[in-house]
Amino acid sequence: MTFPRWPLAGVAALLLAMQAQAADGQKIYTQGGANPAAMACGTCHGADGRGMAAGGFPRLAGLAAGYSAKQLEDFRSGSRANPIMQPIAAALSDEEIQAVTAALAAMPAPPMAGVGRGEKAEGAGEVLALRGAWERNIPECVACHGPGGVGVGESFPPLAGQSAQYLRAQLEAWRQGTRKNDPNDLMGHIARSMTDVEVQAASDYFAGLELKEASQ
Amino acid sequence: MKAVISALLAMTVGGSLQAAEISMDDQSQLTQKASKTAGEPYFQPPQERDLPANAYGELVEQGRAIFVDTQKYAAEYVGNGMNCTNCHTEQGRKANSAPLWGAYPMYPAYRKKNDKVNSYAERMQGCFQFSMNGTPPAADSHVINALTAYSYWLSTGAPTGQELPGRAYPEVPQPKDGFDIAKGRQIYAEQCAVCHGDNGQGQKAGDVYVFPPLWGRDSFNWGAGMHRINTAAAFIKESMPLGKGGTLSGDEAWHVAAYMNSHERPQDPRLVEGSVEKTRLRYHANDGVNLYGQKVDGVVLGQGIE
Ligand code: HEC
Ligand code: HEC
Ligand code: HEC
Ligand code: HEC
Repeated sequence: MTFPRWPLAGVAALLLAMQAQAADGQKIYTQGGANPAAMACGTCHGADGRGMAAGGFPRLAGLAAGYSAKQLEDFRSGSRANPIMQPIAAALSDEEIQAVTAALAAMPAPPMAGVGRGEKAEGAGEVLALRGAWERNIPECVACHGPGGVGVGESFPPLAGQSAQYLRAQLEAWRQGTRKNDPNDLMGHIARSMTDVEVQAASDYFAGLELKEASQ
Repeated sequence: MKAVISALLAMTVGGSLQAAEISMDDQSQLTQKASKTAGEPYFQPPQERDLPANAYGELVEQGRAIFVDTQKYAAEYVGNGMNCTNCHTEQGRKANSAPLWGAYPMYPAYRKKNDKVNSYAERMQGCFQFSMNGTPPAADSHVINALTAYSYWLSTGAPTGQELPGRAYPEVPQPKDGFDIAKGRQIYAEQCAVCHGDNGQGQKAGDVYVFPPLWGRDSFNWGAGMHRINTAAAFIKESMPLGKGGTLSGDEAWHVAAYMNSHERPQDPRLVEGSVEKTRLRYHANDGVNLYGQKVDGVVLGQGIE
């Protein structure tokens, strides 16, 4: 190791420590942000980030940081309306959003089964997920959300590992116009073309994928 | 006799050995003549739930699985990141997206261009070779048998040798002032990159492609029909952005198709004596609108990617 590198490494370590103090993602998750209105995320989203079905609190563990950060910005702007999350998102600083979403991405996601279009499809939910309803411009859900709804990149969130209550509430939000934050209405027009029965069936299907996996 | 001699020639002249392995060298465009009136429905393929529970139904189901997840079920024949259904949407069922029920009853087909009759197996081998940038399975292989059974089943009740409306990607007239790659780049950034990536590279979940690559190493090669700007424009106008087909104007579809096809991709397997120019003259000069062997931004396209 050559001598002149030492001071640089020292500065880098110091900077890192300062950043960690400025916004510690894990700490925000367990204790809340600097503003008391930014309540501890874990209270609702669960200590392990796997969500709480009964309250309609989604799992956040393993979500891409870009996706979560965009959702928090959408709650702030109101393009995604929700009385619980809007004030919380508004109370987080940009820095805190960056830190907490990075921490969420690092939390382990539940195990998921990657059921793809090659599999047989039984029942309304699975038919929609793996075959779509193209006559109504509804492609297979897995064509965007990935096999088994595992999620793809920063823009297509996982559906597996979420509760049926939460998934259904989101589809309803698009139908009622309280969630209109998706890029180019890619998801909105699909939710609006689904029947009530399909909304329930698709929600049950993706929620059930994780249950199957967990019981093994 | 003539055929035997040319086959022998192909075997002795080292450079054209490769040409002998090309299963369907004519990849030129489908020209759709059949049309229908506005209210008239397209041909309706049968429903999956009505498949019989016997060996036939099982083979059809295997063909369907290969068609939608070629990466998994026919991996050894695929040289890129694509699945058949990426271009033949709705599992090969959708009218105006080159559905299998539009294709199957039209083979064997005579092509004037190369004075050949192509079987249905050869047509599918062509898509393996070019669109999938792979090594086609043998005509009597399980993969071709299963895909044929799936196509046959989808065509249940369709007349043979009679072209059905919805067979091709419906042609889109070229913009009056020609296509504009710069406009295409803009449309791409706004409407396509969210799925296909900033550099057309597609997106994966784990190690499987969910959004197929539009250019680059893992996309279709320079011999595939989709490399024609007119064919790509027709496909895009009808089916992209996914779930929102028909929302781009015809001009927009052309611009973005030209942008997509102005990027490098794997070499045309029909490459003539290692020369892009000779290949252009033989296979691309009269094949719709395409940029193979043409200069874009000072660089000649068609170099291929290893
Ligand atoms: C009082 C309960 C509660 C607390 C505390 C809470 N949330 Fe939420 N969160 C919710 C609810 C309810 C939703 C679903 C909102 C909806 O239906 O649109 C949600 C949704 C989200 C989403 C969107 C998830 C998705 O899949 O789209 C993100 C991201 C999020 N919360 C982050 C946070 C963060 C970060 C914190 C801590 C700073 C936090 N939440 C604290 C209740 C809470
Ligand atoms: C054309 C692509 C596409 C298809 C097909 C698609 N979705 Fe989506 N979906 C999206 C996008 C994009 C989002 C995220 C929008 C955002 O940025 O908030 C989304 C979000 C969702 C959400 C909210 C998830 C969350 O964590 O809040 C649900 C629920 C959902 N989709 C269900 C479905 C179902 C069910 C189907 C099949 C019927 C389906 N989607 C098909 C693009 C698609
Ligand atoms: C990159 C896009 C792409 C992929 C991937 C692809 N094809 Fe094609 N396919 C085309 C195009 C383009 C045509 C010709 C349509 C035209 O010329 O208008 C075609 C034509 C066909 C035809 C003949 C259609 C007719 O009506 O005569 C068949 C059959 C076919 N493909 C089967 C397959 C099979 C099987 C696979 C997977 C092994 C596959 N294709 C993969 C783009 C694709
Ligand atoms: C919501 C995501 C999404 C958007 C936005 C989108 N595509 Fe696609 N695209 C797909 C998917 C998924 C497929 C494969 C279809 C299938 O397998 O069912 C595809 C297939 C294609 C194909 C044929 C396969 C290939 O890789 O060559 C082309 C060409 C294409 N898209 C071009 C475009 C263009 C141009 C745009 C913008 C105008 C666009 N797409 C917007 C998701 C999208």
